[in-house]
Amino acid sequence: MFRWIVLRDLTLAWRRRADVLSTLFFFVIVVSLFPLGIGPETQLLRSIAPGVVWVAALLASMLSLSRVFANDYQDGTLEQMLVSPQPLYLVVMGKVLAQWLVSEVPLVLIAPLIGVQFDLAPKTLLILFVSLLIGTPVLSLIGSIGAALTLGLRGGGVLIALLILPLYIPVLIFGAGAVEASIMGTSPQANVYILGALLAVSLVFAPWATSAALRISLE
Amino acid sequence: MNWYKYASPAAFYPLAGKMVPWFAIPAAILFALGLYIGFFVAPTDFQQGDAYRIMFIHVPAAWMGMFLYVLMAFYAGIGWAFNARLSSMMASSLAITGALFTLLSLVTGSLWGKPTWGTWWVWDARMTSTLILLFLYVGFISLQAAIDDPRRADRAGAVLAIVGVINVPIIYFSVQWWNTLHQGATIRILNKPTVAPPMLAAMLILLAACWLYSVAVVLIRLRCIILEREQNAVWLAEGAA
Repeated sequence: MFRWIVLRDLTLAWRRRADVLSTLFFFVIVVSLFPLGIGPETQLLRSIAPGVVWVAALLASMLSLSRVFANDYQDGTLEQMLVSPQPLYLVVMGKVLAQWLVSEVPLVLIAPLIGVQFDLAPKTLLILFVSLLIGTPVLSLIGSIGAALTLGLRGGGVLIALLILPLYIPVLIFGAGAVEASIMGTSPQANVYILGALLAVSLVFAPWATSAALRISLE
Repeated sequence: MNWYKYASPAAFYPLAGKMVPWFAIPAAILFALGLYIGFFVAPTDFQQGDAYRIMFIHVPAAWMGMFLYVLMAFYAGIGWAFNARLSSMMASSLAITGALFTLLSLVTGSLWGKPTWGTWWVWDARMTSTLILLFLYVGFISLQAAIDDPRRADRAGAVLAIVGVINVPIIYFSVQWWNTLHQGATIRILNKPTVAPPMLAAMLILLAACWLYSVAVVLIRLRCIILEREQNAVWLAEGAA
């Protein structure tokens, strides 16, 4: 069931490649706007890079989140999944994993390239990559709660931002903190470990909350 | 006496109406008393001058903002778990008062910060987490406002409030840590002078006043929510006739 859902969502995403690419380009464009707005001084850009890349990643993940359940909700598939004998927890995990693979992994892969634009050192690029790799699943997991709560509501896109962005703050702090520590030359280990802890906690609780929210939205 | 009787909106509506003056009048008296002590009895602080007097309203407002969020999540959770309509209505009615107190504490805080720290806003751990608390309130209120079906709004709000309560300590500690990392504000909130007894008295009296005020206002709002949601109920038609 779990594998089936992941494969199905991946196939669906593959058939709508434009959606995936638009999230990725959104991320690249947002990050590129900052040097234009702030000025090209390398020193300044290097110091704002962690925050800029992480905030852009937060916004990009918000964009793709509203799609996690929306299509299945509209054509009734989601209802079928709810009444199926499989635990909803696994269904949610499958869909979140697929969303992460489709929308966040490309972003994680391209982030080092963007880091080069901001003149980050190779070691820092690695930390940027690792922190995004650990942090973005947390974004997908927390975000899925918001996506489930706002299912089928008018103005869902803006509402989801209002609900979820405050909950993203710890991820932002520790993600950007890890990169910044690496720029400063101190060890980013503690930040990365805490990101890992956040991932572990949200792996346990977020799918549960999302399942509860789906049941409420679909009753 | 069967307390469960009052879990029904029809039974609670008149009770709430009777309870309101019992909280509103002491609140008014304590406000007057607290403000009197705060303005006329409490001595002028030798470091901060008279500007510190805004603390008498700032500190209770900040406490109420945090306390009401937890209370709101508690009622929302009860309403969700036991399918109790009244609890959920209580949660929605607490949300607005809580958000207002949080906003009040931010505004009074920055009014105090200008003469004392020389700036309206510092990215201090406490201020930042209070701001985030306000965002959480806004999220809760706007989620409930966006859902037309009141029962779904109640439950969705409950999920969000509970997720928020789990997150509040995580956010608080992460913000605190972030702040020490950035080494931004070097100013301490209150450099712990030995608080003069009238100062402490004014603050505690105003805290009690804010609490009583919250109860009264929340009950009044609860009565409005009951009326709005039960407008087609038989007991209301009978009561009006």
